Amino acid sequence: MTRDEALFEFLVRMGDNTLVLGHRVSEWCGHAPVLEEDIALANIALDLIGQTQLWLGLAGEVEGKGRSADDLAFHRDAWDFRNLLLLEQPNGDFGRTMMRQFLFDAAHIGLLEALKDSADPRIAEIAAKSAKEVAYHVERSGDTVIALGDGTSESHDRMQKALDRLWPYAGEVFIDDAVDEELAGAGIAPLPSTLKDAWEARVRHVMAEATLKIPEDDFAHKGGKSGFRHSEHLGHMLTEMQWLQRAYPDATW
Amino acid sequence: MSSVSPSAYPETGEKGGKSKAEWPLWEVFIRGQHGMSHRHVGSLHAPDADMAIKHARDVYTRRNEGVSIWVVESSSIAASSPSDKGPMYEPSNAKVYRHPTFFDIPEEVGAM
Repeated sequence: MTRDEALFEFLVRMGDNTLVLGHRVSEWCGHAPVLEEDIALANIALDLIGQTQLWLGLAGEVEGKGRSADDLAFHRDAWDFRNLLLLEQPNGDFGRTMMRQFLFDAAHIGLLEALKDSADPRIAEIAAKSAKEVAYHVERSGDTVIALGDGTSESHDRMQKALDRLWPYAGEVFIDDAVDEELAGAGIAPLPSTLKDAWEARVRHVMAEATLKIPEDDFAHKGGKSGFRHSEHLGHMLTEMQWLQRAYPDATW
Repeated sequence: MSSVSPSAYPETGEKGGKSKAEWPLWEVFIRGQHGMSHRHVGSLHAPDADMAIKHARDVYTRRNEGVSIWVVESSSIAASSPSDKGPMYEPSNAKVYRHPTFFDIPEEVGAM
């Protein structure tokens, strides 16, 4: 694997994470429990899609085959996606959506903060811009997890179920592979495993406040980040997300 | 198919004849620029003041409108009554000398 191949892979992972989560969150538009949350979720989805444009745009540039961010987003099939399995999981109820958001936001902010010091200035720049948005995301999702976890018995039960269900997907982001080692060696990106302790401290703190119990089993599903095996949900999501570009290739506004 | 499964939380729906346990209403004030005063921009629902500020950020400052947000619970605002309009405001209509309209403002002062 050359440096540029590793870099492309890394950028697609970053962009696919924000793209898939951004699309998932956008599915709430018009359906959220209250107007204020509806707008807030749409804002977060838009932040993530905006970040996607930067990551996938740079990925296309690094690849050098003339693919744009849109080409990468809309003309790849499920097996070419490199997002974490956590992010393609269906929204479920509002509580589960916010739990997924917090588990990812807490990892995302740590990664972006580290990427601000990347040896590649293009990456450092995208990270600096994104980190401001994500700092707000993690504060908001953390507060909501606490409010619902430590809320009524109904909301507590729903949040505990959400945590139990999503926990096995939370660890994939911290599993290192050859791409990570190549980039860490070059000072371009941190080794994901080095970010785990800070993430876990934050997650434990929030779950304790939320009176939620973290499952003891640390088993982590993997296969999303490497593209080896996505869950069945990604294909369904892409069918909807890519429909227009598939039906009317290269349609523009 | 969207993967959203929206559902009313207990005690928020109107099924079973229960009234809606709604979040309280908050009035939102935003300062657009440094040096300007906070201006009332609207209202929203939120469970507490912290969330009201977050909601206000999302609902009212999406297009770069603000540098500072105040929220206050609507029930804490005391307001004059529309039916008192006559006694409250009309007496000042006839007192033009209260308006500083009899001074010439020099050009160099600019807008006041």
